[in-house]
Amino acid sequence: MSDSQAVVPTAAHEEIHSPGLLHHFATEEQQRDASNLGMWIFLATEVMFFGGLFCAYLIYRHWYFGDFGAASKSINALLGGVNTAVLICSSLTVVLAIWAAQTARRGMMLAMLALTMLFGLMFLGVKGVEYKDKFDEHHVPGATFSFEKVPIPSHSDQYANPQHAQIFFALYFIMTGLHALHMVVGLGIFTWLFWMAWKGRFTPEYHTPLEIGGLYWHFVDIVWIYLFPLLYLIDRHP
Amino acid sequence: MHDHAKSSPLKTYFTVWGALLVGTYLTYKAALIDLGPFNPVVALGIATTKALLVALFFMHLKNASERLLKLVVASTSFFLMILLFLTLTDYMSRPWTITS
Repeated sequence: MSDSQAVVPTAAHEEIHSPGLLHHFATEEQQRDASNLGMWIFLATEVMFFGGLFCAYLIYRHWYFGDFGAASKSINALLGGVNTAVLICSSLTVVLAIWAAQTARRGMMLAMLALTMLFGLMFLGVKGVEYKDKFDEHHVPGATFSFEKVPIPSHSDQYANPQHAQIFFALYFIMTGLHALHMVVGLGIFTWLFWMAWKGRFTPEYHTPLEIGGLYWHFVDIVWIYLFPLLYLIDRHP
Repeated sequence: MHDHAKSSPLKTYFTVWGALLVGTYLTYKAALIDLGPFNPVVALGIATTKALLVALFFMHLKNASERLLKLVVASTSFFLMILLFLTLTDYMSRPWTITS
């Protein structure tokens, strides 16, 4: 973190460097690269985290092809599409916030950070609407689950097996729920980033927390980019 | 990347943003057309393109100079592909499922 005091060479402290440079790094660029690498390694673990769920989804989709198609048709693809667009816009505002930090535009940086959070909240709001719809239609797995007499797409003479459809909805809620949890964490991170930005901690020379928080946010966007077609858009054609 | 793009990253960001929105629209529309076995291919192809755009341009991977970083990202994809590809080829080559 930068302070405003200059470092004076003393017996204990021989080199002159920016106060923000931690002593175990040789240069600020190396320090930045290390932070970047650390976040990417964390994102690698997150890829594995979501990857396991995607794998489970793909296996069950293979086994229960028609039932999954029927279940997927009942979720609102338009809302899913809107949410995809919202997250794409939020990723844009993240990179614009970083650009604003790089070019010392404080007002724009704060506005872009606030917009990012607003888009995040919109995403969660739309999710809430979707979840409520599923609750009302008795598509939440558990004692109240019901999926009777729903035709399989392209085989309208056959009905979907409710037990198999229940697995689709279990995966739907687990995957989108885990994703939404990541959004909430992201909103927390960006609240902190906004506060730091407000206090003037970011300069063109130092805005690493913004870059790292941005990487996390983009990752959450990428997960949704895959969730949307796999959950919402299977077997939609007439 | 052309040199002039370095001085106007904004242009790149807005172009990528536009491409992502177009991709979303295309995914939605393509899902409504019967392409037989190519529906998932098209859907995942567009999704992967979008993910690459976000990773390369928004996450600044394209201009990353660190080889170690590129190795970490490449190996992550590699292991994810092993997880998905090998698991699926196993299950998809079995003539039985868990219920039959």
